[in-house]
Amino acid sequence: MSALVIRDLWKTYRNGVTALKGIDLEVQPGDFFALLGPNGAGKSTTIGVVSALVRKTKGQISIFGHDTETAPEKARAKLGLVAQEFNFNQFEPVIHIVMNQAGYYGVPRNIARERAEYYLKALGLWEKRNHVSRSLSGGMKRRLMIARALAHEPDLLILDEPTAGVDIELRRSMWQFLRDLNARGKTIILTTHYLEEAENLCRNIAIIDQGQIIENTNMKSLLSQLNLETFIFDTRAELPATLQLNSPYQWRPLDSHSFEVDVEKSVNLNELFSQLSAQQVEVVSMRNRANRLEELFVNLLTENKKKAETDHV
Amino acid sequence: MFNQMALIAFYTILRKEIYRILVIWPQTLLPSAVTMCLYFVIFGNLIGSRIGEMEGYPYITYILPGLVMMAVITNAYGNVVSSFFSAKFQHYIEEMLTAPVPHNVILLGYVIGGVVRGLLVGLIVIFISLFFTHLHLHSLLVTAAVFVLTSSLFAIAGFINAIYARNFDDISIIPTFVLTPLTYLGGVFYSIDMLPSFWQWVSLINPILYMINAFRFGILGVSDISIWLAFSLIIIFNLAFYSYALYLLKQGTGLRS
Repeated sequence: MSALVIRDLWKTYRNGVTALKGIDLEVQPGDFFALLGPNGAGKSTTIGVVSALVRKTKGQISIFGHDTETAPEKARAKLGLVAQEFNFNQFEPVIHIVMNQAGYYGVPRNIARERAEYYLKALGLWEKRNHVSRSLSGGMKRRLMIARALAHEPDLLILDEPTAGVDIELRRSMWQFLRDLNARGKTIILTTHYLEEAENLCRNIAIIDQGQIIENTNMKSLLSQLNLETFIFDTRAELPATLQLNSPYQWRPLDSHSFEVDVEKSVNLNELFSQLSAQQVEVVSMRNRANRLEELFVNLLTENKKKAETDHV
Repeated sequence: MFNQMALIAFYTILRKEIYRILVIWPQTLLPSAVTMCLYFVIFGNLIGSRIGEMEGYPYITYILPGLVMMAVITNAYGNVVSSFFSAKFQHYIEEMLTAPVPHNVILLGYVIGGVVRGLLVGLIVIFISLFFTHLHLHSLLVTAAVFVLTSSLFAIAGFINAIYARNFDDISIIPTFVLTPLTYLGGVFYSIDMLPSFWQWVSLINPILYMINAFRFGILGVSDISIWLAFSLIIIFNLAFYSYALYLLKQGTGLRS
């Protein structure tokens, strides 16, 4: 039984905008799944429809085998949502927010208190449990959203840009927390603008653009599509004005002491170093330039845009 | 299984509402107490002593049921409209919308929260009135029934207002321009027998008149209108408003895009 199945999902808003145009998606239990796409692509609408905050125009959704139309209570009981915007009562104490959420799912008060304590401690918020939520920092509010979403122990956790605006240290600790949750069997669906985050955490990925899924595969096979890598080289001395690198290496200077080179996967780097040595260029460090997924992401969106323009013509 | 879940969800909503009422008591419980003190002093003692008796009771005693109803109506309505609209405005209503909480449970939770505030404020006003007049109680059953049914009706009305409201202006328009005039013209301070026949007829269109008179009957045993007609109308309004509020909730009006 799949954790989430979406079939032919359409959503047209009252203003006539069609946000989703026949989405098909399937997420397996235990998966760590990335749903990526540019702003306005339809990610949040998809999540909204799955979590019953947005009414679908057409289509079918089931969560762990429970249809959201015919068995909405059972489907919702399986789902935990971390929304993109802070959507808790700003004047309510932290612990009440978590415990009340558990209560809405029918969790008895004593168990809700135990869970609130567990998750608030796990997310470093226990000391703030009696503070009203508006007094928390942005990072704490993000963690509170996660603690609240877990209060009823959902099997499927959907996080809509959970680390937006969170500093890198906190982001990494949240990644570890999510990895641990996933290791304990929770199915996680993540949308994010930090593609490094998706690459680090997720095993499978779907890319949505203009209301349609344009790629749905596993992370490894997606990354293997990338046949070009860009390396940055830092040199000890200033780059010689006469520096030239012959084919198959495409290069560009970045500043007086560094340059970048595009290298196809089938080509080795030995010849590149030979050419640099021959021109007395001493390399002191070298690194991969871009996030690989970011490159693929941009390529896919560009291709989709071109395709849409061609179809339009 | 879902019945127990629904019960816990209901208890959670109600608990949250009561907690809110008690935590912000200077906003929820105190204002009516202060206002009613002024009404008792000015209309009851100072002006009332010159008016004399009405329907066989001192003026202050006569207006007491109407003042209690006024406080109950305002507070039951105000509690739900502000609480539910805040949940919408800050988006934490999504906590309930994404959870398996039946619509009836959401509605009942908020409405009974409003009833609780209405009753608390009503009891506070009655307590204050004891400093100004002797409290008669003609029928505890009628008094309690009107108390509960009136506060539930206006709590439901507040819920409907909150569903349609898009900004804070929308939640103050109805109380200011509809509820207050209807309450003042609903026989709080006078008997409609004092009005010319045309205005008596006009007054009968005002639903609040029936509630105030039914409550007055419960306390003093006097009423301008039939107690059975009043009860019938209050119950019919309760059922109609509840059904409409539930329909709006199921449709997701103002809640789901």
